[in-house]
Amino acid sequence: MVTASASDPKPVPTPDNVRVEDDDQPIATTAAELGPLYRQMLAIRRMEEASAKAYSQGKIGGFLHLIIGQEAVCVGATAALEKDDYVVATYREHGHAYAKGVSARAILAELYGKKTGCVKGLGGSMHIFDKATNFLGGYGIVGGHVPIAAGAAFASKYRDDKRVTLCFFGEGASTIGGFAEGLSLAALWKLPVVLICENNQYSMGTPVYRSLAVEDVSLRAVAHGMARDRFDGDDVVKVKQRIAEAVERARTTGEPTLVEVVTYRFRGHSMSDPGLYRTKDEVEEWKRRDPLNRSRARLLEVGMPEADIVALEDDVRAEIEDAVKFAEDSPAADEYKKYVIKEG
Amino acid sequence: MAVISYREALNQAMREEMERDANVFVMGEEVGHYNGAYKVTQGMLQRFSERRIIDAPIAEMGFAGIGVGAAMVGLRPIIEFMTFNFSLVAIDQIVNNAAKIYQMSAGQFHIPIVFRGPGGPAVQVGSQHSQSLESFYAHVPGLKVVMPSTAADAKGLLKTAIRDDNPVVFIEGETLYNSTWEVPDGDVLIPIGKGDIKRAGSDITLVAWSKMVWTCLDAAKELAKDGIECEVVDPRTLRPLDVDLIVESVTKTGRCVIVEIGWPVAGFGAEVAYQVQKHCLDALDAPIERVTSEDVPMPYAKNLEDEVQPQVHDVVAAVKRALYLEA
Repeated sequence: MVTASASDPKPVPTPDNVRVEDDDQPIATTAAELGPLYRQMLAIRRMEEASAKAYSQGKIGGFLHLIIGQEAVCVGATAALEKDDYVVATYREHGHAYAKGVSARAILAELYGKKTGCVKGLGGSMHIFDKATNFLGGYGIVGGHVPIAAGAAFASKYRDDKRVTLCFFGEGASTIGGFAEGLSLAALWKLPVVLICENNQYSMGTPVYRSLAVEDVSLRAVAHGMARDRFDGDDVVKVKQRIAEAVERARTTGEPTLVEVVTYRFRGHSMSDPGLYRTKDEVEEWKRRDPLNRSRARLLEVGMPEADIVALEDDVRAEIEDAVKFAEDSPAADEYKKYVIKEG
Repeated sequence: MAVISYREALNQAMREEMERDANVFVMGEEVGHYNGAYKVTQGMLQRFSERRIIDAPIAEMGFAGIGVGAAMVGLRPIIEFMTFNFSLVAIDQIVNNAAKIYQMSAGQFHIPIVFRGPGGPAVQVGSQHSQSLESFYAHVPGLKVVMPSTAADAKGLLKTAIRDDNPVVFIEGETLYNSTWEVPDGDVLIPIGKGDIKRAGSDITLVAWSKMVWTCLDAAKELAKDGIECEVVDPRTLRPLDVDLIVESVTKTGRCVIVEIGWPVAGFGAEVAYQVQKHCLDALDAPIERVTSEDVPMPYAKNLEDEVQPQVHDVVAAVKRALYLEA
């Protein structure tokens, strides 16, 4: 175990130091429930790995923020939604888009800057949008999308359409005004939104203790009379169940919830980040709690045959290989004037 | 045709569009129970209820962003800024989100939203409340920028802005709310991007928008006493700009003065001047003149404030320079 020295009052964010629950009892589930969740997480992992590889080959440009290590959060949370519900996410959103139903082909082609990308090569890694699945975007200005999520929820209240909006952001967003104002108005107007803070311990290279006076982000809800929750994000079934409670609250009472999910990203902030602000030991300790390994082991426990799991993994490999080939073979983006002003 | 105030014209435009389309709502500080800080939304809460006339707390970035999110999924918000000075704390939502989502989503989502409220200096309200920010917004692709000078333009353009599928920055003249004009009855829309000749003349073209149209009309009246006939061209919208109308006028007169109440450096008038020289070089008989405010934050004292802003005599002097009547 990595521990803080006596002279350093601030603990390194190891699992033992920052996880919420001490006991680690597995949650009741079935292969039928967990199997598809594991598949989604694995597909996201493989898609992220494929994009990292393409980035290192110079086939993907700009900023590339990977979610490896945090997959259980977007997959579990999105699994608690109905199809018509909305998701609003950050620039680290490939996984959220995939979990909401955007294909790996459309995502990877977008990262490659191709015409067949989900936004025709206009957005790239940070700006994935998909109207068909109500994925309302990936946003590159930290915290600025929180009011947008509140706005989608406002529209649901205005029309009484019973939809719920999930808004994802990191703990680094909790220090900026967009988050504060979005939270404040969602609480005041009782907007059906679930605000999900993926606390991955680092705002770029800055650990929580150097950016937040109060490290429990969920406590911000208290000041607004808003419901809150806080739990560990390595068990995808737990994430699904706990987010489902908040989604149910939003759908039936219209009330928002601030949820903090404690997690950890295994890779750098972006591809250009060598991660010099943390030790290899720290990262390795978290990798021992890899949500994918945990889910795979659990699948065996709840009776999914190893052969079935391997078949699922082969299926994922084929899906991502196909998506990479699709992205590689797709025509270059060719349009940049058409979508500035909507005519008519 | 009825003579009504600019304030009443805006109120009528919003009421008519809200009657027409249930997706239109108004959100902003003091728009409901207080009836609007400048009374533009007078009586609308009684007519449309708290569901559609929404008093927001002081959180411009928050409620501007809520407007953008609501527009994304099909509503048509009118976001009122108590003054456009306060839009600066919401500019992330306007520039980074409203103006870009149509492009970032490759046309999957569009943002039919109006950001409206008063802009420009009022009277002795100091530097933070006296700014003319149209040049900021006119710089941004994905936005439309509208600045009506008369009650008729205010009504017709606001109705069009509310029906537009793009984000429209609609800056009202803070000192124009009581001004009156003949406004056509009924559902009369004015297209965004079409300018208007506010006074015809053959000797020189004055280009101005919002309050400066009135200053130019006063200057034209004074100059007419000396036999100088000014044509006052009001583009009404800065983005898109009716370049054709300005070019047509300058081609006829051969001289041009651009008058704006904002600052000189990178002010919108510089873009107008560029367009005029590009398209009218052979027709120009004199260098293009610009009249702007002084390049300073607005002072409070009345005498200083008047000195800083373009006045009728400043326009008259610029016209005479362009006519080589004065150095």
